[in-house]
Amino acid sequence: MDEKPIIEVANLTKRFSGRAAINNITFTVARGEVVGLLGPNGAGKTTTMRILSCYLMANSGIARIAGYDVFSQPYEVKRRIGYMPENNPLHKDMRVREYLKFRARIKGLGWRESRKRVDLMIEQCGLSEVSQRIIGQLSKGYQQRVGLADALVHNPELIILDEPTIGLDPNQIRSVRHLIKDLSEKHTILLSTHNLTEVEMTCNRILILAEGKILAADTPDNLQKKISGERQIIAEIMAPISQLKEYLEFNNLVESFDVIPTDGGYMRCMITSKNSADLRQIIYEKAAASGWKLRELTRKRYTLEDIFVKITKKEKEEE
Amino acid sequence: MRTCLILLRRELGSYFVSWTGYIVISVVLFLIGLGFVGLIESLNVEPITSSVVELFFESYNFWLILVLVVPLITMRIFARDKSSGTIETLITTPITDVQIVAAKFFGALAFYAIMWLPLLLCIFVVQYYMPADIKMDYGKILSAYLGVILIGVLFIAAGCFASVLSKNQISAAIIGLAFAVFLFTLGYLSYSAPFQNGVISEILSYMNLIEHIRDFARGVIDTRPVVFYISSAALFLNFTLRTIQNHQWR
Repeated sequence: MDEKPIIEVANLTKRFSGRAAINNITFTVARGEVVGLLGPNGAGKTTTMRILSCYLMANSGIARIAGYDVFSQPYEVKRRIGYMPENNPLHKDMRVREYLKFRARIKGLGWRESRKRVDLMIEQCGLSEVSQRIIGQLSKGYQQRVGLADALVHNPELIILDEPTIGLDPNQIRSVRHLIKDLSEKHTILLSTHNLTEVEMTCNRILILAEGKILAADTPDNLQKKISGERQIIAEIMAPISQLKEYLEFNNLVESFDVIPTDGGYMRCMITSKNSADLRQIIYEKAAASGWKLRELTRKRYTLEDIFVKITKKEKEEE
Repeated sequence: MRTCLILLRRELGSYFVSWTGYIVISVVLFLIGLGFVGLIESLNVEPITSSVVELFFESYNFWLILVLVVPLITMRIFARDKSSGTIETLITTPITDVQIVAAKFFGALAFYAIMWLPLLLCIFVVQYYMPADIKMDYGKILSAYLGVILIGVLFIAAGCFASVLSKNQISAAIIGLAFAVFLFTLGYLSYSAPFQNGVISEILSYMNLIEHIRDFARGVIDTRPVVFYISSAALFLNFTLRTIQNHQWR
């Protein structure tokens, strides 16, 4: 396989009536990656994707797909991407098979080939039961699958999905995610979302975008590590509150702590350690030695949500 | 070219999967029928020197169809895609903007041509009841049909432009209607007093659609109106294309 990155974006800027929707962003996506564009509403996710799919022109900067320039060689670019826009617009008056056939033909597939690809897509996207039904009468979950099938029908090198699971119920979200995971074995995928569990589940790299800038770009695990430099543990202990506080006060490994009484006489302690030491063993040993009852002892894991809030907040404070 | 034809077929087909196509055709059928009956009635009262074909194209029914119905055909061309968002999936397929405009324009034109077919049937009805020794002048009928198509080319191109200006089909229809009325009254102005003579009158008479159709119905194919229709249609289509491309720059 070609070692060149499939998406190259350099210093890309797009302004809408003076306001920068995306501001000087640079990133690359290698072949075979599944990259999630993550950001609050209005962060510039859709704009970035629209530029990459040749729907919008940028004010400055370079964008290349598989080595072809998005602005000067749109035909070559469009042949290589499968794009599903936000809210998944479809011709609602057509039948599923008819629509996919039309889309395959318009994307340049021959009569015989389009028939073969459409059959394959209908099977792959689980549309066999509804292939003869009118799209407008299908549930949103099925419509989303039709949109995905449309994006995939010409077997593109790169798939761009703008908010693929928006507005679906939890079951539908699960099935669409499964579908995306299956696709990721054969295609490079760029997807946008503001749902954090989604990127955690499907992507192997995340670009966090806010106010038109890329704030972080890394794997979910690395982001986790970067952010949670200070270690916090949570322990629920049944002990006299004064003893507990005294112990934590004078332990030189503890940076700060917080004790909150909870149900059943247990105390919930949030303990932050100095220089990232792991306090779990020490707490356990202390509890055992003092005869305290211990019912929970965990290290606090930052969810992507926390990471996201932190990164976007930090940016605001710096300004 | 092939993708263009596929898109054209889809555009034409879309008139027949929704109610619009059928309603438009029935309205046109009704108006044609009404005009036809009026014509026959008046022929029964007194002999008339001009031909049946000419008479029909001078009736207000014909112009009613052109001015009122064409905006109904063209309103959906772009406005529907824009409101449903399918314009985005269309533009991001490997197809050029020129192909998109061409396919949509010719799709609407094909529907327009189909819409006028019942008129030919009326002429065959006349033929059936005529004495066998009197022959219809088919040349005149053909040139009249050509004139109808040419006027359609201009009106549909204007409607195309109206449709690309708006996201809403109703406002697209209203803008289209404004264009159609404007084009129609432009020629009418040359009849009014202040423009009776001079350069303005001459220019206006070149744009007199009523005179053009009268010529076509007499079997006269003048190149001046042909050039006028095709060039002004090209102008409107060019505006349409620019508007689409402009959207990418916003």
